[in-house]
Amino acid sequence: MFNKKECVAMLLAGGQGSRLYALTQDVAKPAVPFGAKYRIIDFPLSNCINSGIDTVGVLTQYQPLVLNEYIGNGQPWDLDRIHGGVHVLPPYQKATGADWYSGTANAIYQNIGFIDRYDPEYVVVLSGDHIYKMDYNKMLEFHKKKGAAATIAVLDVPKHEASRFGIMITDDDDNIIDFEEKPKVPRSTLASMGIYIFTWEKLRAYLIANEQDETASKDFGKNIIPDMREAGEKLVAYRFDGYWKDVGTIESLWEANMDLINPNIPIDLYDPNWKIYSRNPVFPPQSIGKNAQIQNCMITEGCVIDGSVEFSMISDGVIVEEGAVIYDSILMPGAVVKKGAKVEYAIVGENSVIGENCQIGARPETIENKDSWGVAVVGHNLKISDGSNVIPKAIIYEDM
Amino acid sequence: MEVNMGNVLGLVFANMHDTTLGDLTKNRTMGSVMFGGRYRLIDFPLSNMVNSGISEVGVITKSNYQSLLDHLGSAREWDLARKKGGLYILPPFGNVESTLYRGRIEAIYGAMNFITHSTAKYVVLTDCDVITNIDYKPIVARHIESGADITVVSHTGQYTSEDLKTATVLNTNDEGQVTSVLIQPELSGTCNCSLNMFVMNMEFIVDMIRDSIARGKVSFEKDILQERCNELKIMAYEYKYYFSKLNSTGTYFKANMDILDPENAKQLFVPKRSIYTKVSDNAPAKYDLDSIVKNSLIADGCIIEGEVENCVLFRGVKIGKGAKIKNCILGQGTVVGDGAQMNYVITDKDVTVAPKHVLTSSAEYQMYVSKGATV
Repeated sequence: MFNKKECVAMLLAGGQGSRLYALTQDVAKPAVPFGAKYRIIDFPLSNCINSGIDTVGVLTQYQPLVLNEYIGNGQPWDLDRIHGGVHVLPPYQKATGADWYSGTANAIYQNIGFIDRYDPEYVVVLSGDHIYKMDYNKMLEFHKKKGAAATIAVLDVPKHEASRFGIMITDDDDNIIDFEEKPKVPRSTLASMGIYIFTWEKLRAYLIANEQDETASKDFGKNIIPDMREAGEKLVAYRFDGYWKDVGTIESLWEANMDLINPNIPIDLYDPNWKIYSRNPVFPPQSIGKNAQIQNCMITEGCVIDGSVEFSMISDGVIVEEGAVIYDSILMPGAVVKKGAKVEYAIVGENSVIGENCQIGARPETIENKDSWGVAVVGHNLKISDGSNVIPKAIIYEDM
Repeated sequence: MEVNMGNVLGLVFANMHDTTLGDLTKNRTMGSVMFGGRYRLIDFPLSNMVNSGISEVGVITKSNYQSLLDHLGSAREWDLARKKGGLYILPPFGNVESTLYRGRIEAIYGAMNFITHSTAKYVVLTDCDVITNIDYKPIVARHIESGADITVVSHTGQYTSEDLKTATVLNTNDEGQVTSVLIQPELSGTCNCSLNMFVMNMEFIVDMIRDSIARGKVSFEKDILQERCNELKIMAYEYKYYFSKLNSTGTYFKANMDILDPENAKQLFVPKRSIYTKVSDNAPAKYDLDSIVKNSLIADGCIIEGEVENCVLFRGVKIGKGAKIKNCILGQGTVVGDGAQMNYVITDKDVTVAPKHVLTSSAEYQMYVSKGATV
């Protein structure tokens, strides 16, 4: 017996995140550590529970081990419920055969059975690779008020950035009349945030129809939304004006982390009314040593810091030894930076050890050829031996 | 010797020695006194029991236990939310006969239903005023091997007369058997002090408690350990690892400061023998552009814009711009205004210190600011 839910959220967490290179080698993108004590998926999951949505399906496919374990029974997000709660939904074998999720729409299609059990009126479709705080309930109210078949959340972006996004063209009444994917000359500055609310009855029909079309790529942006528009369904744009960032690339992941310590960027993790929840790693408080110098940083439990750390995000259980220097960098959980090592404009993966006197990354002003500069990345669980040099923009997959 | 810790029941006394900490226990039990930036004292005995393999634990409370109940919740954080075993909170008046207990014996008597209901063969008992990371497994093993009626965990060391004012001192023979017991002696120097952790056989404890109640005996230390010392086999188990025993606001301050020393911290926070506590979902600690932080323990949720040295900051503490804080313990949610100065101050939860306010005390006597106060 399943209790009816007005709204069910489906979180697309199966993508490989190939543009994060070494960081998603063995880990699905939504499980990548973010913001000193979180993983990317904490943001949409916390948004769900804070918006009053207590039934969430997480669609996984690529390297789900860490992600599955992290989500567990959903308790850290208050999503361990008698009715509803969080459910991890990998592809599964059916009487008619077994298929991987072949696209975002197909992933939802394969789980129509899961959604139907809650008999919802609406379904929210979310991505597992965005950093933002958003009340989906407000968007749902908007969707209802407009009587839409689909509502797409949009962000007004600067004109010069618009060509990086899917752009929605709307009339004066927020109805979507057209859209274009990464246009060279954008006709609007309303970028899709990859957050959709559908009236379930409608979406269900379009998913089934799309499956019949063997040539379709079974994708929301490429098929479902265009199909709905062609059929004359009411599509509306919901304007969001808070902070939102796609963290699909090394640069954007690094930037989004740094945004958290930038006082001019409007994302507040300290708001008691909209906490971002995460699975707690059970560590003692951070221990700051006698030689430590710390400025403009976020640091979390279990860290032992005795070096200099500035403009950086330091995750749980990180050790920074005396004389080590960390500037403008991200140290993921359990990373160790030994004496005299310098980490600048770099991301160090989980449990990786940076040996004594290593140089990881460099400041942009020290590089003559600006094209060869970028954030240096050391993957997870690696050992970088004493005195090594990792040049800017390098991505390290193996011990060195 | 392999011990099956599934055969062991844990009993934690949450209120024992409450009065020694003065204002800190005015509105709470000893077990719910804040410690070390993110803990409550009861986290240590509970985590130690769980890490030793004990999965059935009773917490005996007496008074002021609202904060304790709030902290423990379903005990999931200590992995004690179990279908079989798990955590039981045992408040006074738990059954028709039980009253507000006067001593350890009556306290245990009040929990008799819980104890006799268990199928365990051994009972480990502990108070909340010793901060340590202890493995009870070898102690239970030694208890079984020695055939003792009671095993007392103790430590031989240098003690001041102040320390011994609240202590139980054991004299032992070469085998470690206790030959006589001194209670709160007026002594100082080297002696073997009880850490108020005991192991007993289930049958023994049940008989001993019933017998004592029938005879009107209330003090475990005086009426059992001391008086029946030669009649019973009481063994001392010498504990050699790091611990702090609290018996005054001064020792409380020192115990917090001691864990700023990485050597002590290493012995208290042992990997794979984690100290568990209630999760509160704070954001990471944020260090501002002008912050200077040295030799301190900082919990999540803190926002530091000033100077902090030799301090323990609990969750969600805010240090304003230009504030200078030294040698302080600042309780959860304490807000220190811009330019304030503090030295040797302990603040309880949710204290507000006005901008530019100066609060200084001394290493010998630390100022205490009570919960919710504005200064």
